[in-house]
Amino acid sequence: MNQLLAVLIDGLIYSSWLFIIAVGLTLIYGVMKILNIAHGSLYALGAYSAASLAGYWINQGHAPMGSYAMMLVAAILVGLIAGPVIERGLLRFMYGKDEIVLVLVTYAVFLILEDFIKLTWGVDPYFLYQPYSLLGSFDVGNLTYPVYNLVLFGMAVLIGVTLVWVLTKTRRGKMLVAVIHDREMAAAMGINVSLVYFVTFTAGAMLGAVGGALTAPMISVQPGIGAETIVLAFAVVVIGGLGSLPGAALAAVLVGLVRSAAVHYRPELDLFAIYFVMAVVLIMRPKGLFSVQEARKI
Amino acid sequence: MDWNFSRPLKTAAAVLAGATLAITCATAHAQDKPIRIGLVTFLSGPAAGPFGVPAKMAADAIVDSLNAGKAPAPYNIKGFGGTPLELTIVDEAGGATKQVTELRNLIERQNVDFVIGYISSGDCLAVAPVAEELKTLTILFDCGTPRVFEEASYKYVFRTRSHATMDAVAGAMYLLENRPAVKSYAGINQNYAWGQDSWADFTAVMATLKPEATITSSQMPKFGAGQYGPEISALLQTNSDVIHSSLWGGDLEAFMLQATPRGLFNRSQLVLVAGEPYLHRLAGNMPDGTVVGARGPNGVYAQKSALNDWLRQIYKERAEIYPNYPAYSVAMAFLGLKAAYEKARGAGGGAPATDDVIKAFEFLNFDSPAGKVMMKLGKGHQAVTGTAYGTTRTVNGQVTVGDIKYYALERVQPPEGVKSLDWIKSGMKPGNW
Repeated sequence: MNQLLAVLIDGLIYSSWLFIIAVGLTLIYGVMKILNIAHGSLYALGAYSAASLAGYWINQGHAPMGSYAMMLVAAILVGLIAGPVIERGLLRFMYGKDEIVLVLVTYAVFLILEDFIKLTWGVDPYFLYQPYSLLGSFDVGNLTYPVYNLVLFGMAVLIGVTLVWVLTKTRRGKMLVAVIHDREMAAAMGINVSLVYFVTFTAGAMLGAVGGALTAPMISVQPGIGAETIVLAFAVVVIGGLGSLPGAALAAVLVGLVRSAAVHYRPELDLFAIYFVMAVVLIMRPKGLFSVQEARKI
Repeated sequence: MDWNFSRPLKTAAAVLAGATLAITCATAHAQDKPIRIGLVTFLSGPAAGPFGVPAKMAADAIVDSLNAGKAPAPYNIKGFGGTPLELTIVDEAGGATKQVTELRNLIERQNVDFVIGYISSGDCLAVAPVAEELKTLTILFDCGTPRVFEEASYKYVFRTRSHATMDAVAGAMYLLENRPAVKSYAGINQNYAWGQDSWADFTAVMATLKPEATITSSQMPKFGAGQYGPEISALLQTNSDVIHSSLWGGDLEAFMLQATPRGLFNRSQLVLVAGEPYLHRLAGNMPDGTVVGARGPNGVYAQKSALNDWLRQIYKERAEIYPNYPAYSVAMAFLGLKAAYEKARGAGGGAPATDDVIKAFEFLNFDSPAGKVMMKLGKGHQAVTGTAYGTTRTVNGQVTVGDIKYYALERVQPPEGVKSLDWIKSGMKPGNW
């Protein structure tokens, strides 16, 4: 098989995963200007909940195909519970404060949730490997790929397209864009900014949990997975331009392809791949690929 | 002046009696005061499940059993020389810088008498000079890097398990004895000290024993990478006979979960130099024919003895499964320290000074659940043992190990004064032990 094709396929699969774990983070920053470090814990909560619920489903002897539905249900539940609790219970009291304060607040939430996970699930890993191979596999040349990788790719495209459609084609999406551009002006025009924040954070939390749920079948779910993931997600969001959905998508593709090429051609550079992309992009465009020109307020 | 001799005599007698009482009370108090041991092991993060928590559970079980005087001879005196043990447990997660601070806290604030700890090689390298500075006897119980005593010399630091060179040496020997026609091999190892050292040792041994075998790929994902799609594709494309890996923790588990459905192990035989702790965890995802090491004759490779039966029993009562190799590593640390402490205490009784325990510990031979341990390297501070390897086979859904071979220490360990890599490259001549 042509090695270039392998680089492309591996790169796109990895990019899909990167986009899925980063999209919730960029959505929340885009709307609320909050660099949500707790996103890593929401990812971990999604993974744990999916492993528990889908694992229970399979262990009870139900149709294994139903485990996919259980994974999504688990992620949605995490988003619907954790999102409102964090936003209504804590973040809304912090709006208007400096961005760095909000980073510290979400870091505190991250630490609390990490301990909550250990208290709830313990430190032993959870395995949910069945969904990864349940759909079978397909061959490209002499390489075999699980069909689940196509699911990841499809989910990344679906999430990206849906978000772009909602933001650009629906009335509520346009209201959200108005809040992104100018919160005070949007509020003056009658938009319920508080509600927009609530919905956005809940959606972002749900996306973080979906990322974890979709990753659960490929890893051993254990304490610490959130910390590893948040670093990658931040890198993607920064490369793409903070808060930019197309930027996050392009950054994920760039990082995925560069890492895949490094692994195939120069494995010793794998460690450096993502930071290489970040360094090059930030030298050329210090605010990321799709940074938005901001009007100066007087 | 009319002298009354009876009064000073009475006073002297009272003072003497009071002093005697005070000394007796103080002695009794000293004997009742437990020996405080700081235990540092991973309680969170990817190393907790397979390594840190089994080590902690083993330590709890061992301390309870020793305090009750229920361990087999020669460890059947309660605690250490009759003095009970008390554990202060610290999470090893957080990196080397944090561990240096934690060690200072343990010694300077919590006033522990001894420290037993450290699974990560990076942590061992970082804390050893600090333990030396703080003059507290510290036992490295599980980390593998040979650099601790090959690149430095310590008075207060000991390691009661063999260093990791034998993992690669015996792993390659076992592989070539069972599959002499190996033509090519690849590796996937984490990109930090342990992974790099393990791959360097393995390739050096293969170059010595089978120079015609070619290296097809060396994958070095970062620690905690989690996603191995490109690495698995790259390894699949090499069609190597063998894949060497020192991956561990969540990284190994994720790699196995992702590689098995892609058929990587149908093309290549897997050698996991530290794979023993995962045998029960990866049932269903551990291919038959995987060569597995346990960093010594530990875990499934430990041979029957009163001490091994004891460890298996007390661990199973607590954990409901049999102990894996980190549990054996921590057992060696406690039993080695106990043997040294009681030797230093001697017939005279009383708590020995740290310097006396150190003297007794250097070049000590002691029994462990995995057999005889000899403190022969690092000027008597580094243990040596033989090791064992075997091959996996799944029976009734459980991963078992068969075709077990044991390797004497002189075949797999460099002698004193010779660096591991130099010894391997010079043909691995058995040392004079």
